[in-house]
Amino acid sequence: MTSTAKQGRFVRLAEAGRAPILFTLDGEPLQGQKGDTVLSAILLSRKTLGHADLGDRQRAGFCLMGACQDCWVWQADGTRLQTCVRQLEPGMALLSGPPENWLLPLEPAT
Amino acid sequence: MTQVLIVGAGPAGIRAAQRLTEAGLKPMVVDAAARAGGQIYRRPPVGFTRPAQLLYGSEATKAMTLHSLFDKMVADGRLDYYPSSSVTALGNGMAQVVTPAGVRELRYGRLILATGATDRLAPVAGWQASGCYSLGAAQIALKSQGIALGQQIVLAGSGPLLTLLASQLLQSGAQVAAVLDTAPLRQQLRGAAMMARARPLVFARGVQMRAALGRRYHAGIKLTQIEADGDGPLAIHWQDSKGKARQTPCDMIGLGWHLRADLHLADLAGAQFEWSTTFAQWLPVSDDMGRVGEGLYLAGDGLSILGADGAEIAGRLAATACLLDLGHAVTDPEADLNKLNRMRRFAKGVATAFPWPTQMVRKLLDDTVLCRCENVTAGELRETLDWSGPDANRAKSLGRVGMGRCQGRYCQLSAAEVIAAKAAVAPDEVGRLRLQPPARPVPICAFHPAATIPHEGKP
Repeated sequence: MTSTAKQGRFVRLAEAGRAPILFTLDGEPLQGQKGDTVLSAILLSRKTLGHADLGDRQRAGFCLMGACQDCWVWQADGTRLQTCVRQLEPGMALLSGPPENWLLPLEPAT
Repeated sequence: MTQVLIVGAGPAGIRAAQRLTEAGLKPMVVDAAARAGGQIYRRPPVGFTRPAQLLYGSEATKAMTLHSLFDKMVADGRLDYYPSSSVTALGNGMAQVVTPAGVRELRYGRLILATGATDRLAPVAGWQASGCYSLGAAQIALKSQGIALGQQIVLAGSGPLLTLLASQLLQSGAQVAAVLDTAPLRQQLRGAAMMARARPLVFARGVQMRAALGRRYHAGIKLTQIEADGDGPLAIHWQDSKGKARQTPCDMIGLGWHLRADLHLADLAGAQFEWSTTFAQWLPVSDDMGRVGEGLYLAGDGLSILGADGAEIAGRLAATACLLDLGHAVTDPEADLNKLNRMRRFAKGVATAFPWPTQMVRKLLDDTVLCRCENVTAGELRETLDWSGPDANRAKSLGRVGMGRCQGRYCQLSAAEVIAAKAAVAPDEVGRLRLQPPARPVPICAFHPAATIPHEGKP
């Protein structure tokens, strides 16, 4: 099962109208607001974050306090971040899975 | 001067820091959040505008007092504060701390752990679907982000947070379709008398909040199944107290059965634990002041599930014990000890009124996912027991329940219950999962030499 719906899971009830912040998810431009967590920013526009490691399920976070580890996403540079505890930053290039070149040999450390 | 390390800057950690700084010490405070306050008094990011009254309701004054107290200690340079940081390992007077700037090693002489609690979860068929969250998650999103986790919300489980959160969501304009409490009214009345005697005002406030939920609230229900597709929940199926099958359409489900003390760092620091039948979980063994070992003190929900008011008192007491052990003259802790006893009586009432759903967990259907991280079902755990015997650690090694990224935080108690049911023993007899560092998953790059800051703090 994959998520096809291009609408948000979360609903903003208050604190709207802060400065907009642009970022991308899987190359698609999206917009959040200053002070949004990465999790909030993604799930205000999308239903899910990406596929779970195990089992036929999509992830959307679970505890929102940094304990369950369900909400990690990839970044274009091959690193990952825990979306419930990280604030959105302008230009973040987020991915729902690892970048294509992730398994290429690394440059030797200098 | 002995260095004291406080882990956690919620009500307990803040009060502990206050007591130490008043005695002239300069403690180190490590906290996972970007801003101090803890979970219950969690602060929104800078620039958010809702007033404290809206965020914390009747507790607004307490929240603001703690926030400004901590901010002032930081501004006056009376403590070394490490926000957005996690202690991942402890030993030999050294804490490994992952900070936004890299890994630090902090040396300490004495340690006060105020690491709090997480939601206590029990599995429900289908709860692995995206769109199922802990009750705490829904409260965090509302308080710190002004966000509801779905359009049509169902809250299920038991405990004070169930009613409080439903009330907060409704006041904020969220759509709450149903509040499903597994505790029967008869059971709740047993705890009510204890709660009312210990803290009449708090009890009255809870009753009032509950009444305002009206027909959304159902006591004594049984959860049957969460129906979901790839995008999330479609409905929750349940039985009302008369046994009638019901279903409620929804796209978000919040689950939680009160709280579970987070024991990870306490275990790494050498605390001993015993099973609490009242709270149906393992809790650290301590004296009245929160001493659990040589130079080791615990306070707050990570010691005993007393809530925020109890945590403030316990934080002061732990710091007082620390000061006494350092040879400082301190004021008589008698008054705080008496207050804490009242909190304990209230907490026992809460635990009695809103119990862990023992029978529901013991009777989980074989195809229900028990461990969300490793996608292990109740049936797979039961099969594992043929090889592991009724031992939680062996069952984890062979069947992977509790071996995933949450490190057993959300499945350990349910797994113990399922194992105990099959072996016809009490849940404590199957043993407590051995906890190991790191206390949180850490990206390997954090340990690259370029990201490591040589140790700080004085021996």
